Amino acid sequence: MRHILSILVENEPGVLSRVAGLFSGRGFNIESLNVGPTLEKGVSRMTICTRGDDLIVEQIIKQVRKLVTVIKVVDLTHMQSVDREMVLIKVNAEESHRAEILRIADIFRCKVVDVSAQDLTLEITGDQGKIRPIISLLQRFGVKEFARTGPMAMKRSMQLEED
Amino acid sequence: MELTGAKILLECLGREGVDTVFGFPGGAVIDIYDQIPNYPMQHVLVRHEQGAVHAADGYARASGKVGVCLVTSGPGATNTVTGIATAYMDSIPLVIFTGQVPTSLIGNDAFQEADIVGITRPCTKHNYLVKDVRDLAMVVKQAFYLARTGRPGPVLVDLPKDVVQAKTEFEYPDSIKMRSYNPNYQPNHKQLQKVGELLSFSRRPVIYAGGGVISSEASEELTGLARHLNIPVTTTLMGLGAFPGDDPLWLGMLGMHGTYAANMAIGNCDLLLSVGARFDDRVTGKISSFASKAKIVHIDIDPTSIQKNVVVDVPIVSDCRLALKGLRSVLGRETTDWQAKHADWRREVDGWMASHPLTYEKCDGPIKPQAVVEMLYEITKGEAIISTEVGQNQMWAAQFFKYTKPRTLLTSGGLGTMGYGFPAAIGAQFAFPDRLVIDIAGDGSIQMNIQEMATAVSYELPVKIVILNNGYLGMVRQWQDLFYDKNYCSTCLHRNPDFVALALAYGAEGYRITRQEDLEPVLRKALASKSPAIIDVQVAQEENVYPMVPAGAALTDMLLV
Ligand SMILES: Cc1ncc(C[n+]2csc(CCOP(=O)(O)OP(=O)(O)O)c2C)c(N)n1
Repeated sequence: MRHILSILVENEPGVLSRVAGLFSGRGFNIESLNVGPTLEKGVSRMTICTRGDDLIVEQIIKQVRKLVTVIKVVDLTHMQSVDREMVLIKVNAEESHRAEILRIADIFRCKVVDVSAQDLTLEITGDQGKIRPIISLLQRFGVKEFARTGPMAMKRSMQLEED
Repeated sequence: MELTGAKILLECLGREGVDTVFGFPGGAVIDIYDQIPNYPMQHVLVRHEQGAVHAADGYARASGKVGVCLVTSGPGATNTVTGIATAYMDSIPLVIFTGQVPTSLIGNDAFQEADIVGITRPCTKHNYLVKDVRDLAMVVKQAFYLARTGRPGPVLVDLPKDVVQAKTEFEYPDSIKMRSYNPNYQPNHKQLQKVGELLSFSRRPVIYAGGGVISSEASEELTGLARHLNIPVTTTLMGLGAFPGDDPLWLGMLGMHGTYAANMAIGNCDLLLSVGARFDDRVTGKISSFASKAKIVHIDIDPTSIQKNVVVDVPIVSDCRLALKGLRSVLGRETTDWQAKHADWRREVDGWMASHPLTYEKCDGPIKPQAVVEMLYEITKGEAIISTEVGQNQMWAAQFFKYTKPRTLLTSGGLGTMGYGFPAAIGAQFAFPDRLVIDIAGDGSIQMNIQEMATAVSYELPVKIVILNNGYLGMVRQWQDLFYDKNYCSTCLHRNPDFVALALAYGAEGYRITRQEDLEPVLRKALASKSPAIIDVQVAQEENVYPMVPAGAALTDMLLV
């Protein structure tokens, strides 16, 4: 199962390799990793997507927590959370397909960020439910270049009971 | 007054109560060495940086204090890695200071530069690169704090040359605040009560203790609890000495070369009380059949140890000593007659002990290595600090010497580092100049750090090395014998040096024992001497360690003598 971990760390040199090295050294898989500073000086947030059964993820979380530079680890998987990823995708866009690509972009509220005679570059932001279908829709036109950030995530303020 | 980084470092060591530093100099740390004579601590000059770390480690294991070493940048620093990894696997508190090239050169492939912080990240509890002399005192304070608290471990501090030379006002911080590091010491009371309940239902409980009992100074509590409850006790290799090896409740070590009784007890128990042990694969054998009939209680200071290898019924994250104390007081209110309750189980366990004691074939002819260890126990009456190398010598030292007190066996359990024992013995001898310290060695392992004989001789340490000389890398040969059709590829040491001449060359004493009748008198003579000595005992060459659980088999599937 896929888990999204939100990790607060002291923003010291080497902290990224401490966390990433822990994953590789212990044979855990990182599916994506996203880091950036928080509003608090000297503190960064990492969002890591990983996969594993409950015991493995429990072990991952404990191991990360044990690192001296890690302040807090939260597994967002069983919480109500918002997550967003951004993708830049450069698709083949010959005249004959251009209108269709733009229509898809419109439906998914993507932005066109670059155009040339042969291709269109789109910016897509959203959760996995949005990103996965649009990528698969665009793939049949031929993708020339592709970059994605991996999700960033936050716990929702209101944790409503699910029924 | 402003002080240089070098002076600040030495001031800090004084504040931390460090009296002995093991090290080896070089350009990057020469400013620190320049100041050492002005400070009260003693610096022990080793002959190889690996020796410095193992010596600091042996000092720490024997004394319970933090071991300290100081080495130069680049090759000096990389030479420490095996020692650091050894200490890390066994949770030994060390602080390692490495020199580094000046900050302006870091990353430029400068002369004698190595990214030691990067290299040791996976084998230290934490590590630091000090970039500004104003951070130095705080970093040193944190390093010692991290090394000795929570689950202990090695901490490395990398010191660029310009930082050591720069000056700043010295002030030793009196408190530390690290919001991201807060080890939990107190056990959860509810969980302790659950253990009490499990105990009241169980018929066949066993205590399985590890090195955590020794590092948390919990031996007395462990012994008291086991006797109060009348529960048999087994320990890991690292736990030897945590429970008296001459107590009627003692089962011996468990695991791959554990006793029949200990492994059978684990296989048949209905409650396993694990204290400060981490379910290492050398201990558990086939994990699915390890204590498969038992409820498992796991007490450990380190949450990552819990649920890592086995699923446990009651996890208790806390200091072992506090947990055992807490458990005792939870049980204090019970009226159970524990002696009677566990009498049947004790009879069963004692039956296993009696039917399959630790033993070996005794015959005329070459000296049996087990007999050498037994003789050492007899002569010393157990009043010695034993260190070991790795291999058969280590297992026989674990099986045939009775450890009655904690911190009397120093051995590389987790990493299994050949070359550990001799420098560790040197470290222990510095901690206890008046005690007898013996390294039980193999002829292969001893050659990995024999250069430290020069250290032993120059500091006039009476350390003894007893080589169980079988002419083989014995433990590997044993595997080849049992599982690889006796294909003794690269395990025969057919051109060993003359160890007696080698000892003499270093200025130590050398003894050779080839006949059974010489064993006792020569050992007695050598152990009584005030010089460092090698005692080269020619033992039966193809002797194997038994019992043995083949790798991956269930503990109850033992090969017996
Ligand atoms: C540094 C290192 N290299 C290799 C090994 C693998 N190894 C484990 S036991 C052993 C044989 C040790 O031989 P010796 O020191 O002669 O001891 P014996 O088993 O004969 O008592 C070897 C090579 C190791 N543990 N450590």
